[in-house]
Amino acid sequence: MPNYSWPPMSTRKAIGQRLSRHDGIEKSTGRAKYNSDLNKPGMLQSALLTSPYAHARVRSIDVSAAEKAPGVTAVRVIAPAGTELQWQSQEIAVVAAATEPQARDAVRLIKIDYEVLPHVVREEDISKVGNRAKPAGEQLTGDPDKAFKEADVVNEGHYGIPVLTHCCLESHGQVVQWNGDQVNYWPSTQNVSGIGGDLAKNIELPATAIKVHQDHIGGGFGSKFGSDRWGVEGAKLSKASGGRPVKTFLDRATELNIAGNRPSAYAKIKMGAKKDGTIIAWESTSWATGGMGGGAMPPIPYVITNIPNRRLNHSAVATNGGPLRAWRAPNHPQASFLTCAAVEDLAAKLGMDPIEVFVKNIEYAPEPRRESYIYQFKKAAELSEWSKRWHRRGDSGSGPVKRGLGVGICSWGGAGHASTCNAKINPDGSVDIELGSQDLGTGTRTIIAQVAAETLGLPVNAVKVKLGDNALPPSNGSGGSTTVGGVSSSTRIATVNALDKLFEKVAPSLNTTADKLEAVGGKIQVKGDPAKSLTWAAACRKLGTQSISEQGQNNPRNPLGLNTQGVAGVQIADVSVDVETGVVKMNRMVAVQDCGLVVNPKLAESQVAGACIMSICGALMEERVMDQQTGRVLNPDMEFYKLAGAADIGEIIVHMDLREELDKRGVIGLGEPPTVGGVAAIANAVANAIGVRVPIIPLTPDRVLRALEERRSA
Amino acid sequence: MQAFEYASPTSVKEAIGMLSSQWGEADILAGGTDLLALMKEYIHTPKRVINIKGIKELGGIAKTAAGLRIGATVTLDELTENAAVRTEYPSLHQAAMGVSSPQIRNMGTVGGDLCQRPRCWYFRGGHGILGQENGKSLAVDGENRYHAIFPKSQAYYVNASSLAPALIALGAKAKIAGPNGNREVPVEQLFVVPSNNSGRELSLAANEILTEIVVPSARGVKNATYEVRQKEALDWPLVTASVAIKMKGSSVASARVVLGHVGPTPVVATEAEQMLAGKSLTQDVATEAGKSAVNGAQPMSGNAYKVQLARVAVKRALLEAAKARG
Repeated sequence: MPNYSWPPMSTRKAIGQRLSRHDGIEKSTGRAKYNSDLNKPGMLQSALLTSPYAHARVRSIDVSAAEKAPGVTAVRVIAPAGTELQWQSQEIAVVAAATEPQARDAVRLIKIDYEVLPHVVREEDISKVGNRAKPAGEQLTGDPDKAFKEADVVNEGHYGIPVLTHCCLESHGQVVQWNGDQVNYWPSTQNVSGIGGDLAKNIELPATAIKVHQDHIGGGFGSKFGSDRWGVEGAKLSKASGGRPVKTFLDRATELNIAGNRPSAYAKIKMGAKKDGTIIAWESTSWATGGMGGGAMPPIPYVITNIPNRRLNHSAVATNGGPLRAWRAPNHPQASFLTCAAVEDLAAKLGMDPIEVFVKNIEYAPEPRRESYIYQFKKAAELSEWSKRWHRRGDSGSGPVKRGLGVGICSWGGAGHASTCNAKINPDGSVDIELGSQDLGTGTRTIIAQVAAETLGLPVNAVKVKLGDNALPPSNGSGGSTTVGGVSSSTRIATVNALDKLFEKVAPSLNTTADKLEAVGGKIQVKGDPAKSLTWAAACRKLGTQSISEQGQNNPRNPLGLNTQGVAGVQIADVSVDVETGVVKMNRMVAVQDCGLVVNPKLAESQVAGACIMSICGALMEERVMDQQTGRVLNPDMEFYKLAGAADIGEIIVHMDLREELDKRGVIGLGEPPTVGGVAAIANAVANAIGVRVPIIPLTPDRVLRALEERRSA
Repeated sequence: MQAFEYASPTSVKEAIGMLSSQWGEADILAGGTDLLALMKEYIHTPKRVINIKGIKELGGIAKTAAGLRIGATVTLDELTENAAVRTEYPSLHQAAMGVSSPQIRNMGTVGGDLCQRPRCWYFRGGHGILGQENGKSLAVDGENRYHAIFPKSQAYYVNASSLAPALIALGAKAKIAGPNGNREVPVEQLFVVPSNNSGRELSLAANEILTEIVVPSARGVKNATYEVRQKEALDWPLVTASVAIKMKGSSVASARVVLGHVGPTPVVATEAEQMLAGKSLTQDVATEAGKSAVNGAQPMSGNAYKVQLARVAVKRALLEAAKARG
């Protein structure tokens, strides 16, 4: 078997380069076309009728007026009479028409008689949810009752983090054309190779009949893997409209209501420790919702999982809200916040530095990552000037603006997914790398080109990367931070295989054998004798008229050491809080993160910076506000569903942990881990600044002022 | 949005002729930053949309004997770039800069800022101007974190204007043109509380147009606006306070203190104004004025924090004004 190993760090040329992403200029100038930009000749527009109620039964539905409305080509009923609707904006019917206004006007002509049923849409006060809470069994380890008696310090707190939505700037949807026995499908997806099969099974066609194409995606964050109701209905509308293409992209309100959310997590947590900071007991009662399915227990205690004595109880609360979907590191940000906030509160009670408490208890973390956390705490402390700026709870300075620092941690897997790559070396010297994968905006195209260029000894811009079509060799969907490990490994294997074929072709003309050749600096040369060489172009000319086309596969069960899993990360937030207004401002966010071999440090840092921004939004602003009276989402917009702008972010310092012993582990995914610890870090920084815990996220002025008020009146 | 007729008149008279005496028939389009969203949500379904951006007489900022004349279609960006506004009316400049999106400052107009409809999520969700269901205001038992701490009658929404508090504090007048000629009212009187769920919150008739604002000279008037806003990027103020102070030596001769985003109309804090007369603008006096300004506040389940924000906004606006020359 050829040697597929990554070249050692010191000899790499293309891998490790701080290149800007290949599609950066295209995207920033607006030339990049997303599928939501598509306008096909003869294309129809569709509009959905969705439920105005959180819980209702459709008694009757009459679409006859809509069918006769101007421009309408097809109307489909999704929820026929008798259907029980379980959340606001659940799909009821869909209309295709020549223009979007015509489709929307027609939707308003559909007559429905609803039987309105009782709803529960809020879960933060579990005493008010009645039988909607489904307790899971108690998880018991050791003897927590005894341990709490033996503890020198016991701290109890309550904490909560609400339901968030994905807020993809490109909403969910697609253009789809069902013509005869073929469907052309242009979705917004994280799953180019797989989504066709998902659509196929819903419209009873073979998967091979679905042609999927997508060049760019405007955000997914875990919410765009399947064909969705609107994809299936779009295809059926196209068929019913004589095979004309039909466009459906959700409007903002529908997007926020039904295209996925991140479940909430609330918990009462009790921790017990010895005077020296050794944690000996944990007890938590938690609950969560992500719609009618409730919400699972986040993995608590997070990272320091193996606290010897622990009792965990959790209830999934079913609420009449849109269903949850994976959101960048499912359940980890919640777990990190619940755990790190409780540890920080315990540390304050112990009179200790929280980093000291984490380090003291690091043996409860999985063995392979302990050393990484200790190193990263130290690094993050240094970059945030922790020793100078951290203080005991409550900034004692004068004036209304208080400054504080707080810490949060993350962990994640991130092993490479199944991926097949085809590498072509052409007689004219050009190189084509083809994968049925997708670039979520993380720079996947760029890192693939870097891996190929490294193997072939070429400049990165000599490699052409083709993604985004399900006619290309398949790769799994981009979820779970699995893409970079998968595509870098399959590309490495494919390019090594292709290069070996090229060596075989040119070896005779260099009077040697293939195994004696290497590709370096745009040449094919004899190892140890660079005078005996051919330029890349001359070598490729030896191919005559036939390209070399070789495949490589990443097999997740045997990744050949090219990729692996398991990362650590530490984030420290530095905030200022105006205690007269409750407004929190970010001064600085420090993120220290490892992810094994880093193909492109600039893109990696950019990925982490983006994750920090998401954390800032999540900690300070984002919240799906539900109204128990009407059962509706009150802020399905970008006005009161708040996200940070550039001026709200402060300084972001990213340090990729590139130490050689981590590099040797191979490539590991990065998409999710850096989104995990930020909310915890910011919440802890606010507690450190103002001297009191603000228990419920986001840390809005009302909550900050209430916490200060409660302390004053306590 | 519902199909509509579109008109682009070139004179105020022509525009008035195109309006209807009934609300809901026609809507005036200037910057469009509010109207288009209202139409997309079917909150407004006008049969006719009248673009007034082509009417020259509605534009421009000019110094006149009566003060600074600001045309209704002057954009917030033009307002913030104007030298007189920057030097003589810092409170107005600060209020306009509080609209922290350059895109909206480029499109949004002074008239539009004053005439925009409330942002109350029950109103925007289709429950009428008073946000009611079965005759009951949803905000009372619902989600009222952004609602009024000075409700009036059944109105719990807050007036959304960024400029109104500053204009009222500065004593500005609004000129209004209608089928029976022109009239002039203090800006304060532009705002009313609707008596029913389909009523309007402006004193304009459906066939009247706000044409210009005249702000009296503020020479010698210390003025400032302080806005409490959660985000730096585009976000609605949680509370705004605008003050305009005439000094006599080192003490206050007369004061105007106006709060925004706390009630269905801007709230003139009369008690604070009276309390300030004769005092120097010290930290303690400013703090006292803040307390006086919120006397009588009636917060609901989720917005008591706005009482504190109003106190602080008044205090900080006064201290900012005290620093100003004039």
